[in-house]
Amino acid sequence: MTIATMDRAPTAVTTELAHGRGGGGPASKRVVVAYGFWIFILSDMVMFSALFAAYAVLSGSTAGGPTGAELFDLRNVFIETMCLLLSSYTCGIGVLSAERRYPARFLIFAAFTFVLGAAFLFIEVTEFARMVEMDTGPSRSGFLSAFFTLVGMHGLHVASGLIVLVYLVAQVIANGLRAPVLRRLLCWSLFWHALDIVWVGVFTLVYLMGAL
Amino acid sequence: MDGDHLFEDRTPGVEEHEPTASYLTYTVGLGFAILATIASFIVAQTNLLWPPGIPVGLIVLALAQIGVHLVFFLHLGSGPDSTNNILALAFGVLIVFLVITGSIWIIANLNSNMMLMPAQ
Repeated sequence: MTIATMDRAPTAVTTELAHGRGGGGPASKRVVVAYGFWIFILSDMVMFSALFAAYAVLSGSTAGGPTGAELFDLRNVFIETMCLLLSSYTCGIGVLSAERRYPARFLIFAAFTFVLGAAFLFIEVTEFARMVEMDTGPSRSGFLSAFFTLVGMHGLHVASGLIVLVYLVAQVIANGLRAPVLRRLLCWSLFWHALDIVWVGVFTLVYLMGAL
Repeated sequence: MDGDHLFEDRTPGVEEHEPTASYLTYTVGLGFAILATIASFIVAQTNLLWPPGIPVGLIVLALAQIGVHLVFFLHLGSGPDSTNNILALAFGVLIVFLVITGSIWIIANLNSNMMLMPAQ
């Protein structure tokens, strides 16, 4: 017997939230929001799967141009991978700090996340610029069109993630760690982790297998 | 009322509960992910694996790393709050599988049935 049922006062309505098994009323807003955002992430994955399929189909169509093995610099790819992986880690630690109401620690880890994400983007853009300069841009062959579309789309996602991170940090500074801000941070961290999952597919299928 | 507490939520994400995710979870996940990444790069650039088996080895390592990310970073677990997310993920994986294997299969078929006309 809980105190709520023993106390017959009309105001003592139990505010217990459901825990996913149907009893006790609707799930908490946080669970619902994260679920909705998860659906969005999965639809994003479906879009990436189309680009992966296009790359897999076109990866041999080099039209006499350079192949992946000639173009890719695996040392750079390894650095990029580590940057993104560490930024995923600092993002998780940062959001956890925010949930435990440590704003200063959140801001430090958000800064780490931003710097690592920006470093990833910088290396990628430099690589793209080098390839375009060598006349191996997206118009060179079907393989390169698919490569730039797939890797570029991932890069665009990273760039938009960085912009949203700045926006969320501004919200934390202006409004503090309130529940709506924390929910947005949670969604953003889901997005950022999902980008790292896509990158696992990219570096395995595009770079490592392309360089075999 | 006690029945409700039998199914105590263990999945992070509910405001009223102490999150079960911890700094340790992320750190362990990071360790596994770094191991899988380094293993992928080593496997791809050396002859540690039987060379024709390298692509399979890379795919296995990638799937392992994706699993690590899902469990340690995205906290998909066996908790009751994860049930819906896991079902949605299963559907997403089905669609991704259909799109990728279907495209590769169909285009490979088209390629092999393409008649190469001799130049006239």
